[in-house]
Amino acid sequence: MSEQLKAAFALLPGLLGQHVLLSLSALVLGLALSLPLAVLAARHARVRWPALALASLIQTIPGLALLALFYPLLLAIGALIGHRLPALGFLPSLLALTLYSMLPVLRNGVAGLLGVDPAVREAADGLGMTPSQKLWRIELPLAAPVIMAGVRTAAVWTIGAATLSTPVGQPSLGDYIFSGLQTENWVFVLFGCAASAVLALATDQLLGLIEAGLARRDRRRIIAGALGILIGAALAIAPLAVSATGPRYVIGAKNFSEQFILAELMSRRLTAEGAAVQTREGLGSAVIFRALAAGDIDAYVDYSGTLWTNVLGRKDIPDRQAMLAALKTELKARYGVTLVGPLGFENAYALAMKTDRARALGIATIADLAPASNRLTLGADLEFLSRPEWTAIRGAYGLNFKAQRAYNPTFMYRALESGESDVISAFSSDGRIAADHLTVLADPKGAVPSYDAVLLISPRRSGDAKLRAALQPLVGRIPVEAMRGANLSVDRDQDKATPAQAAGALGKLLHLE
Amino acid sequence: MAAPLIALDNIGKSFDGGRAFALRGINLGFEAGSFTALVGQSGSGKTTTLKTINRLVEPDEGQVRIDGHSALAEPGPRLRRRIGYVFQSIGLFPHLTVAENIAAGPRLAGWSRERIATRIDELLDLVALPRALSSRAPAELSGGQQQRVGLARALAAEPKIMLMDEPFGALDPITRIDLGDTYRALHGKLGLTTVMVTHDVQEAVLLADRIVVMKSGRVIADGAPRALMAGHPDPDVSALMATPRIQAERVAALTRSAPGE
Repeated sequence: MSEQLKAAFALLPGLLGQHVLLSLSALVLGLALSLPLAVLAARHARVRWPALALASLIQTIPGLALLALFYPLLLAIGALIGHRLPALGFLPSLLALTLYSMLPVLRNGVAGLLGVDPAVREAADGLGMTPSQKLWRIELPLAAPVIMAGVRTAAVWTIGAATLSTPVGQPSLGDYIFSGLQTENWVFVLFGCAASAVLALATDQLLGLIEAGLARRDRRRIIAGALGILIGAALAIAPLAVSATGPRYVIGAKNFSEQFILAELMSRRLTAEGAAVQTREGLGSAVIFRALAAGDIDAYVDYSGTLWTNVLGRKDIPDRQAMLAALKTELKARYGVTLVGPLGFENAYALAMKTDRARALGIATIADLAPASNRLTLGADLEFLSRPEWTAIRGAYGLNFKAQRAYNPTFMYRALESGESDVISAFSSDGRIAADHLTVLADPKGAVPSYDAVLLISPRRSGDAKLRAALQPLVGRIPVEAMRGANLSVDRDQDKATPAQAAGALGKLLHLE
Repeated sequence: MAAPLIALDNIGKSFDGGRAFALRGINLGFEAGSFTALVGQSGSGKTTTLKTINRLVEPDEGQVRIDGHSALAEPGPRLRRRIGYVFQSIGLFPHLTVAENIAAGPRLAGWSRERIATRIDELLDLVALPRALSSRAPAELSGGQQQRVGLARALAAEPKIMLMDEPFGALDPITRIDLGDTYRALHGKLGLTTVMVTHDVQEAVLLADRIVVMKSGRVIADGAPRALMAGHPDPDVSALMATPRIQAERVAALTRSAPGE
């Protein structure tokens, strides 16, 4: 078995358990809401149309967006009721998936209940059944197979959509897919897809057994299906109960390789100290700082320029040391966040081109790029085009590209390689700059702020000696070459390392372990 | 004369917010033990009249009294548990066995398990169905057998009143006459009071002691079959009663001319 497959299997018990717990909770909650609503909608035409329309509307929101929307929503509700709600992780995922699971049950429930033969209803009335006796003894049993078919659809959708909960900080089988996609670890991507597909198919089969049992009034099938689901769920969730002991540190990571490696590096150091650690990977740049300030995560690495413009909303560009000093006091004062210190390398936004192409066009700086830009295509990562840095660069140099396309970082480099893009928004610590022989365009006007990697700790953990002791040694310790090397080992096509392996190698290289 | 078991006093019912009248000023009394047929064409109001008795249709005006008490004073479901109801589409519960279908009424009435089991066997005998059918699903039975189960289900909780809406309308002629005979015998044996809706006047003549003819939401004739067949001033009624009268005369002629033995 390959190293990557071994690494994937090692993560399976935890991720599968989380995935099952989340899907099952969402499904149960979804049923508890949609079944009564289906009964109400079947009885009253006035409820039916709005209920079905709303459920359909929710279904049209892309799953990822629905999950992401719960983050600001829960923060806002928390502020409104004056009690902080966990806006990341289980709660937003649960709520989004619950909404997502409702449509099939609602739709089939209404169809099943309305499909009951009017003569059968009349007979029930004629015998003197009350509306609720009619519902429980006649209508629901007759609609049960149709409702169960809806439950099966809902289960398959929910299990599939639960993979999208990774970016809002809820571990799931999607962790394989998201981190695999970022690091081009296709073994991980396939493993995540296969695992969630197997889970969905197995659940569907067991629910199908219950459905057949209901349709044929065969109690043995119903019991076998229900037992299968209960035992399967219990086995999947059991590892969580075992590992959920002691205080737990949550380390956050954004959605690219360097962040995964640094999160692993921090986790390893905490684990070595005997602490329980959980990582939440793939968080969006704007979400992650608020998550830290809110205490949903305990520590992560951010970049000074990002914090300066995005969090503090500053437009000026001071020099490196002044920015760090100002950040330290401002973040503490405004958010209670501790900036422990810079790690020693910078990961700045930079515009990069293939060296031969830059040479052919006579471009060495962003100022040279400006007059040629209307004939060139810009490839950017998913955030760059909406970031203030881009506005600053574009304004300072008067850039006007023929086209702008957004990619995930891995595919952005591919686009440059293939010529789909002429210029990309590169990161200065990216190993691919050296590996792909790219030219980083100089910034003579100083339009881009500095991007020192800095270690941040949440307000809640600011006095936590164990966390400090484990992470303090990282400060000032990681030179850009070491980081590029680690990044490249994860990002390259051949002989790839997982972020955990890269973190181990980086730790050894820097004599941290 | 004693008050009738069922009394409809000046019943009115309209649909479409008062634009279409289903019933206007219906006054009918049904004596205990009587067997009455309500006949008339589709839309004459006979089914609506029947359903006001067990309040599957709520009248807009007028009073329904059963055994001297207002039927509108108690909850509809409780009233209906004391009144048997059989209708053309039968409406057997497809997910329940024959026995469970028959047991539905007694269960609502809170009977004990033993009493229900005894009652099911008793009823299968009464409606002339083999007891072996009790564990079958309704879909496995013939149409005639299904309506026998429907009849047994309606009789299960020992009602004194039976309301029947075209009960044998969907059956083939032989099964229909057979089941009609079975029911007529039960009506006498159990001391029931029966009101039956039918569009088939021959069936009414065969089974009922009294025929009520309805047209456009009103009663246009009310009497014993023999009296109505003898002739009626209303041309619609006499046309309606002509068929059984001609048939009866023909049968009588055939009987007279048959060679003696």
